[in-house]
Amino acid sequence: MGREAFARRRRPRALGALRTAGYYAVVGIVMLPTVFVFYWMITLSLKTQVEAAGYPPHFFHFAVTLTNYAEVFRKNPFPQYVWNSFVVAAGSTLLGLAAGLPAAFSIARWRQHGLALTVLVARIIPGISYLIPWYVLFRRAHLVDTYEALILTHLVVGLPLIIWVMAGFFEDVPPDLTEAALIDGCSHYGAFWRVALPLVRPGIVAAAILSFIFSWNNFLFSVILAGRHTRTLPIAVFNMINYEEISWGPLAAAATMITIPVIVLTLIVQRHIVSGLTLGAVKH
Amino acid sequence: MALIIVYPVVYTGWMSLHGWFASTLSPPKFVGLANYQRLLTGDVRFHEAFFRTLYFAALVVAAETALGLAMALLFNREFWGRGLVRTLSILPMVATPTAIALIFVMMFHPTLGVMNYLVTHAGFGPLTWTYSSRTALYALALVDVWEWTPLVMLIALAGLAALPREPYEAALIDGATGVRTLWHITLPLLRPVLIVAVLFRAIDAIKTFDIIFVMTQGGPSNASETINLLLFNQAFAYFNIGYASSMAVALFAIVMGVSLILIKVRRTAW
Repeated sequence: MGREAFARRRRPRALGALRTAGYYAVVGIVMLPTVFVFYWMITLSLKTQVEAAGYPPHFFHFAVTLTNYAEVFRKNPFPQYVWNSFVVAAGSTLLGLAAGLPAAFSIARWRQHGLALTVLVARIIPGISYLIPWYVLFRRAHLVDTYEALILTHLVVGLPLIIWVMAGFFEDVPPDLTEAALIDGCSHYGAFWRVALPLVRPGIVAAAILSFIFSWNNFLFSVILAGRHTRTLPIAVFNMINYEEISWGPLAAAATMITIPVIVLTLIVQRHIVSGLTLGAVKH
Repeated sequence: MALIIVYPVVYTGWMSLHGWFASTLSPPKFVGLANYQRLLTGDVRFHEAFFRTLYFAALVVAAETALGLAMALLFNREFWGRGLVRTLSILPMVATPTAIALIFVMMFHPTLGVMNYLVTHAGFGPLTWTYSSRTALYALALVDVWEWTPLVMLIALAGLAALPREPYEAALIDGATGVRTLWHITLPLLRPVLIVAVLFRAIDAIKTFDIIFVMTQGGPSNASETINLLLFNQAFAYFNIGYASSMAVALFAIVMGVSLILIKVRRTAW
């Protein structure tokens, strides 16, 4: 009798534990593809030439080596590419903030739907229809293969992100605060600069990082407008591909090195990424 | 703003009315709507690319919406590790597409790739992935689905978090089961949010460029040549600026048209 009661009490809890375990198993399976691609990238970069192209592939047991990373640096001016990517991403982000912060402030304050619509249309316009005129223009002005051309064009990637993320942040600033500043004799510019801007500092960090990431990743504009002196990382890695010869280790090492800064930055701004990608249509 | 957005758009529209090879010294020649006429009636390769683009976009958006929604429903509860799942989900969207494409090129390799090792062990036999014209578009779609399903999932998750409580309480009192609640309450309430997700995915899917360019360059034998790829080659391999500009206008019209349809769908009730 006592035993029976005990068993009856025990059973639902055991069932609960089983269900929890089952739930975590499903979550694990669902997340496996996401994790596996990154795992494969990193492990390929750490394998020797023989093991990287070995079949059947080794999933866990392999000799770890850094020769692939050494080879990337030996065969390519890799630090130069990193610097190029950094200059372009940082330059376009700073310019984007200079133009985007006032624009976002005015969208949030005065509900400038026209401007908002312009940003949406800018998102719809295929990147390549900007690229043709830019190419013609920059070639005529001898600006192909300059930082200036790349920074200006990457602005098209970063500016809409900055405007939309920041419009969301400026909307959360109580209008009373900026109005009080105006009554106290501040100009509109002063109210923006001294009152609103310090309040949205976390937003500025998020918007800046997002703009930086998407410039860092940009392939289309750079593949045409970058040249020998300004080649950015994605283009450099693309040029390293040799479809005939299989030298996977160094390629995976280069891919890992491009991706790591992005992942580190992402961890800082992950809350704002969805809002940035959907032009503020979805907030968290 | 004027220089980087308005000028290019106006210029592209104007050049689409011209015949001009940027590789020659002769100046652009005004040809009226001849480029558009060629697009609509003469260019078989463009027609194929047009339908291929829409097919690819429909394929990936449908798959991403279904999978993203299913994942959001799965993750829509408190559990230990939820933050980690969210963080991991963001990584495919922000990782450099060139790097990701490169890794998939290696994973798809027909004889040495890990994908064929895995599918063979699962009993599907080796596949040709991006290495044959029959399967290339689907392999590319798989990469896109890997990259962007998390976006739909995160949007849907945000939508689920914002749903009102009352309909569920009423349903519980009426004795509705889980599946019926999902079908009659959750999905209808989630519809506007899902359409936003579909809108943003459709805009970007039609314009997919990086992964296709890196992995197949439109091949093998044009099997994955979307409008964007064809346009890129017209502009920057043949320097046929006039014709390429008309294609760019057409591509813009397609993306705009799809966006307007989706925005209209969002406004109408079912």
